[in-house]
Amino acid sequence: MNDSLRELYQEVILDHSKNPRNFRVPEGASRQAKGYNPLCGDRITLFVDVEGGVVRNIGFQGAGCAISTASASMMTEAMKGKTEAEVEKLFTAFHGLVTGRTGLVDEESLGQLGKLAVFAGVRDYPVRVKCATLAWHTLKAALAQQEEAVSTE
Amino acid sequence: MSITSQTEVAARKESPKRPFDVERVRADFPGLHQDIKGKPLVYLDNAASAQKPRQVLDAMMRLYSHDYANIHRGVHELSERATKAYENARLKALRFLNAASEREIIFVRGTTEGINLVAQTYGRVNVGEGDEVLITHMEHHSNIVPWQMLCGEKKAHLKVAPIDDRGDIDMDAFRKLLGPRTKIVSLAHVSNALGTINPVRTVVELAHERGVPVLVDGAQAAPHLPIDVAALGCDFYTISGHKMFGPTGVGVLYGKEALLEKMPPYQGGGDMIASVTFEKTTYNRLPFRFEAGTPNIAGVVGLGAAMDYLTEIGLDAISAYEEELLDYGTEQLRSIPGLRIVGEARHKASVLSFVLDGVHPHDIGTILDQEGIAVRTGHHCAQPVMDRFGVPATARASLALYNTREEIDRLISGLYTVREVFGLK
Repeated sequence: MNDSLRELYQEVILDHSKNPRNFRVPEGASRQAKGYNPLCGDRITLFVDVEGGVVRNIGFQGAGCAISTASASMMTEAMKGKTEAEVEKLFTAFHGLVTGRTGLVDEESLGQLGKLAVFAGVRDYPVRVKCATLAWHTLKAALAQQEEAVSTE
Repeated sequence: MSITSQTEVAARKESPKRPFDVERVRADFPGLHQDIKGKPLVYLDNAASAQKPRQVLDAMMRLYSHDYANIHRGVHELSERATKAYENARLKALRFLNAASEREIIFVRGTTEGINLVAQTYGRVNVGEGDEVLITHMEHHSNIVPWQMLCGEKKAHLKVAPIDDRGDIDMDAFRKLLGPRTKIVSLAHVSNALGTINPVRTVVELAHERGVPVLVDGAQAAPHLPIDVAALGCDFYTISGHKMFGPTGVGVLYGKEALLEKMPPYQGGGDMIASVTFEKTTYNRLPFRFEAGTPNIAGVVGLGAAMDYLTEIGLDAISAYEEELLDYGTEQLRSIPGLRIVGEARHKASVLSFVLDGVHPHDIGTILDQEGIAVRTGHHCAQPVMDRFGVPATARASLALYNTREEIDRLISGLYTVREVFGLK
């Protein structure tokens, strides 16, 4: 196994892909959205409960590759208790991280990604960026109460 | 227009064939000889598109370098040369498919356009409200959507013959679905997602008993099997150049002359007309009536060279070699713990579609790529097939005449790396 693969498929990513956290429909979820990656058939439904502009509860269902499942799992962990403005900042930082365009993101936001920094390896795999960001785009759609499913294509 | 005589083309068929020599074949394909991620390329994505031999590249380069002008109209030398090269390729296609006449060979952009052409011309005239179009559950999207569009427009119904767990058509169900309202049957010769070789001749016999014409999507058959439209008895047969070692953006639609004669034009434009006034246009004769606009001249010439290439080696020899390789690959894949082959029809060509417990196909594709191995992952433009087998996607290794046992071994070793990355014991 080469270093690039080891960086992409880190232990924590494999762990979350095999045992995704918040893999359920949370109680009181007031908003939801569907995301779909037609390229690989990944499907996700994201459920989120927002009160007073703060994410109180969040969960997801669906099936996908290791990268998309782990990303959804770790994203849900990171989002609890965040304000919608903070969610937006994390989204931008995560997007910068996985596309390798970190120059567009301030240091502080990157620092706030915490454990999510393990997804940095994705930047070497351009076709996998969509896998890593599917849950994130779907979360944005849920917060915006967008009816139409998110598609990566 | 000057055309190479049919006897000249026929003479080529009789040339003695050398025994199949895979190393010699590999030497013809410059694209195969490169490293990917520091490892020698193993190209197993042939069902998506195949690599090109230098004979094809040379033919196109020669046309563009020495013999290029627009065809059919010019009185000058270059136009005559280009026309000759283009029309000579039509005769090669006639021989390759064993059609009866050059009027039955229409150059199109590829199989997708071939199917759309038939749906939009034959279909629009012959399919009406309440009528039925019959396809199978294993079709590529390009043999589903054109018929759906037609059925939507005409308030007709799309009927789908089921397939069994191996990936064979359920022929009893097919017979029952072939009804008094069936106006056309359209099916793949070889399934791109499963590798099934369909019993086309039987399907044609059943359909013809009821006077129903049959279109065959031959995109996945042309690189692997000898094709004989006369023996199959089918009414339409369509192929893509790029899957049979020719260029992209070109293909052939074969149609029986009697049917083509009655079909309205597909697109309007130059070359498909005999005369035009603002009041009335008289359409050209076959096959030009279906070739509006300046065609893909170099593409057609490249496709002709690809047909020569396959004929020279011999599709019987290619088919025998690939069958052995497919058997070896099947046996080796089955030895991998947790691996399930999707598509185990009795008669198969080229395709090894599979899933691995605990690993999504997309991750398999990424890891194999790091090993220099190119496979396709996803639904292979056949989502109904994926639904039928209860998988969101598969990984697909598809073989061609230039693949080897050593490359299968590399695939197997790559799949053990996949297991290692995912911590599977």
